[in-house]
Amino acid sequence: MGALNSLPDEPQYVGLAEKTGFSFEQIGILHKRFKQLSNNGETLRREDFNTIPDLLCNPIRSEIIEAFFDRRNFRQTDAVGTVHEIGFGEFLLVMSHFRPPSIRLDDEQKEVIRTEKLRFLFNMHDTDNDGTITLEEYRHVVEELLSRSGALGKETAKGIADAAMLEVASISMGHMEPDEFYEGITFEHFNKLLKEFEVESRMNIRFMNMDTTTLCK
Amino acid sequence: MALSCQPLGSFPPRLSVCVLLIVFVAAASASHDAPQDGTHDPTNVTHKKGFPVLLFNYDHVRTPFEISLWILLALLMKLGFHVIPRVSQVVPESCLLIVVGLLVGGFIKAIGEKAPALDDTLFFLYLLPPIILDAGYFLPVRPFTENVGTILVFAVVGTLWNAFFMGGVMYGVCQLEGGQLASVDLLSCLLFGSIVSAVDPVAVLAVFEEIHINELLHILVFGESLLNDAVTVVLYHLFKEFSAVGTVTVLDGVLAVVCFFVVSLGGLLVGAIYGVLGAFTSRFTSHTRVIEPLFVFLYSYMAYLSAEVFHLSGIMSLIACGVTMRPYVEANVSHKSYTTIKYFLKMWSSVSETLIFIFLGVSTVAGPHAWNWTFVVVTVVLCLVSRVMGVIGLTYVINKFRIVKLTKKDQFIVAYGGLRGAIAYSLGFLLPDHPMKTLFLTAIITVVFFTVFVQGMTIRPLVELLAVKKKKETRRSINEEIHTQFLDHLLTGIEGVCGHYGHHHWKDKLNRFNKTYVKRWLIAGERSMEPQLISFYNKMEMRQAMMMVESGSSAKLPGLISMQNIQPKVESRGRTIPKISKGREEEIRRILRSNLQQTKQRLRSYSRHDLFADPFEDMNENLSEMRFRKQRVEMERRMSHYLTVPANRQETPPVRRVRFESDDQESSRESSGVRARNVGPYSSPADAISVLEESPPLRPNRRSDGGARRKTGEPPTQARRVSDPGPN
Repeated sequence: MGALNSLPDEPQYVGLAEKTGFSFEQIGILHKRFKQLSNNGETLRREDFNTIPDLLCNPIRSEIIEAFFDRRNFRQTDAVGTVHEIGFGEFLLVMSHFRPPSIRLDDEQKEVIRTEKLRFLFNMHDTDNDGTITLEEYRHVVEELLSRSGALGKETAKGIADAAMLEVASISMGHMEPDEFYEGITFEHFNKLLKEFEVESRMNIRFMNMDTTTLCK
Repeated sequence: MALSCQPLGSFPPRLSVCVLLIVFVAAASASHDAPQDGTHDPTNVTHKKGFPVLLFNYDHVRTPFEISLWILLALLMKLGFHVIPRVSQVVPESCLLIVVGLLVGGFIKAIGEKAPALDDTLFFLYLLPPIILDAGYFLPVRPFTENVGTILVFAVVGTLWNAFFMGGVMYGVCQLEGGQLASVDLLSCLLFGSIVSAVDPVAVLAVFEEIHINELLHILVFGESLLNDAVTVVLYHLFKEFSAVGTVTVLDGVLAVVCFFVVSLGGLLVGAIYGVLGAFTSRFTSHTRVIEPLFVFLYSYMAYLSAEVFHLSGIMSLIACGVTMRPYVEANVSHKSYTTIKYFLKMWSSVSETLIFIFLGVSTVAGPHAWNWTFVVVTVVLCLVSRVMGVIGLTYVINKFRIVKLTKKDQFIVAYGGLRGAIAYSLGFLLPDHPMKTLFLTAIITVVFFTVFVQGMTIRPLVELLAVKKKKETRRSINEEIHTQFLDHLLTGIEGVCGHYGHHHWKDKLNRFNKTYVKRWLIAGERSMEPQLISFYNKMEMRQAMMMVESGSSAKLPGLISMQNIQPKVESRGRTIPKISKGREEEIRRILRSNLQQTKQRLRSYSRHDLFADPFEDMNENLSEMRFRKQRVEMERRMSHYLTVPANRQETPPVRRVRFESDDQESSRESSGVRARNVGPYSSPADAISVLEESPPLRPNRRSDGGARRKTGEPPTQARRVSDPGPN
């Protein structure tokens, strides 16, 4: 198997495996993919993501690409801003957000994982790094989701985003005086909103132990 | 017969009616043996009898009368159970119905009549389809497709394991026991095993409906019960053929496997074809709304019957038809038809289920029985054992491939929820005259009773004890819908980045195919272009609007979070919040309330007698109108909300929003000054409000309100306004 031959960076892999929780085989496969995307370079840039054909018809592709370059997802505390290029370590760190939680975890660890995943989603929405999702940012999200539907998207997107914000405000604040202004969705409100959402079991993809990257470009 | 209890001392009227009916039926069927003299025969009289004033001709209406009587009995039973609250909380309804069936069967036998047995034609052609259609039409597709691998493994491999294990062990036991059982050969045992091994959808639905378990477990057990039909059909026919012949060859085995694929895939194909036909037909029904539900029912029933013609799996065909048809039909039919479909399906499936359980009880009393302790006890024990072993073994394998693993608790519920029911009994009934038929039937009935009574009754306390996750009660919110879609796209994108074509990739491809090609053909008009998020949002708006109409009170008024709380504030210096005196406030509020009440009455009378101007009739056409109506409600809400602003700001001239009789004099002078500032940060109602200002001074009559609320740009011929969906 190809994966076994190409493990030259064994010590580096150990460190990465500990940080991200992937197995060695998975890291090897992802490294291959990284090299494929970056044309055998050491770093990935935003333009490299444009070579992925499936991503082109995805309505939220810009957010996805941004998420890879967002420092908040690199598991460094209090890092903000974006970078222009990422190395394999950061690539793996971002990918580790999608690892399914192990069955042997207790409730506290599950809570940690859930918070992590929700944080990732939150960062995707909060594009200006101010810690809250404002109405404008939420509207942008909805517009992107409806962007493939053409003309009738704009007005309805506004309406939908407004209704959604109203709902968040009702859930989080309950009662507000008419003069009060709801600033935006903070992370706690986001957490409360998606309490029933079961993010920890839904936001996962299957990381193969077998090398299937040769099957698709 | 046991009926709902009434306070002691008053003779229950229902009881007396039922007794009378039963006596009537018994007497009537007894009179069937009397010489035929239904119609009067005036020319052939031996002695003058006089003109018959009252005649008795029961045979003419016998069949429909008895059918109606049975159904009525079943429904009265259902009513009765809910009068006794304590019993219905402990014992699941299915058990109670079987008990009632036993009593009725006993009663009929006692009066010497022959009780009707659960005829297999009746069961398979009339009683089973409504239940399956109801289940299939409302099948939650998302959890089903996410777990379809697991469900298939349980359904196919699990049922095969159950059948062979049970058949084999039963054969061994029979050989060991000797005596009466020695004549049972292997193939008969395997046939028996295949009948008893299948989990029954009717029983599962009946029990699981009441325990409100979480979605994953529900769909696992229920999906398994639906999909194992194909396996059961193939095994049953296979062993039935062979136990007549006596030997099995390898070729037969291979053919059986091929047959399995044909049966299941063929059933799905037939269902899908009828589903597409149904969806296509619904595209053209915009002018004949009343018959829309019938298309759904008839196409589905035809799918079932067509599959049965070729001995394909009727259940899978019905499920495929419902699942295929539903998204397109729901986009095409009117709201009323949607409600009709929903309620008719629920109604029919409820009646069917009740009848099935009652008949099960009656047939138990009626049928011939041959009791053999060893056989029956071993059967019951083996059912449990093989089920548990099967689930544990399969879960071990399945968990290697699942992202969300099944825990021990989940496995227990899946194993314990494997109930057997009426399908097993009917299949046993269908057996050709086999020497062991009565023995098998007795054993099957015992297993069914055991699973329904023991497992059905104990599963609820066990679920509580094990603290299994329950179904979440709240309806899906718009935020969850947004995030579901967002997550779908995100995961598809990440899979693309990772470079392997996974689950999400194919789902995305299917969705895109659906959108570009299929929807265009099967959905009428503009709805075909509507993305899912928008349809969800529209449905939600519709629901909210209807709720507002129906509640019709201003109870929720204070403290409601409205648009102004989330709109970014426009900086407007010097904006004075207009204020009104307490007295004026009261007067305005009183007038508003009485007007809104009147509107509500107007709305009611319109919707009852006047089909024409029904606001919710055609969602397709009235979408924009609905949206506007919602805006109007918002506006009204804001208006009344505005009026409750506490009186602690400086005095300003009274608000110039709505003109009432008393305000005519002082109003006109101040209006211009205050008007501009009244508009405030709200965008949409601004236009409406400015129209208010411009409307001429109104005469003090009722029509002023209609005029005051006139829509922007709308021709004033809309006198018959049925909107104003009530106060909030």
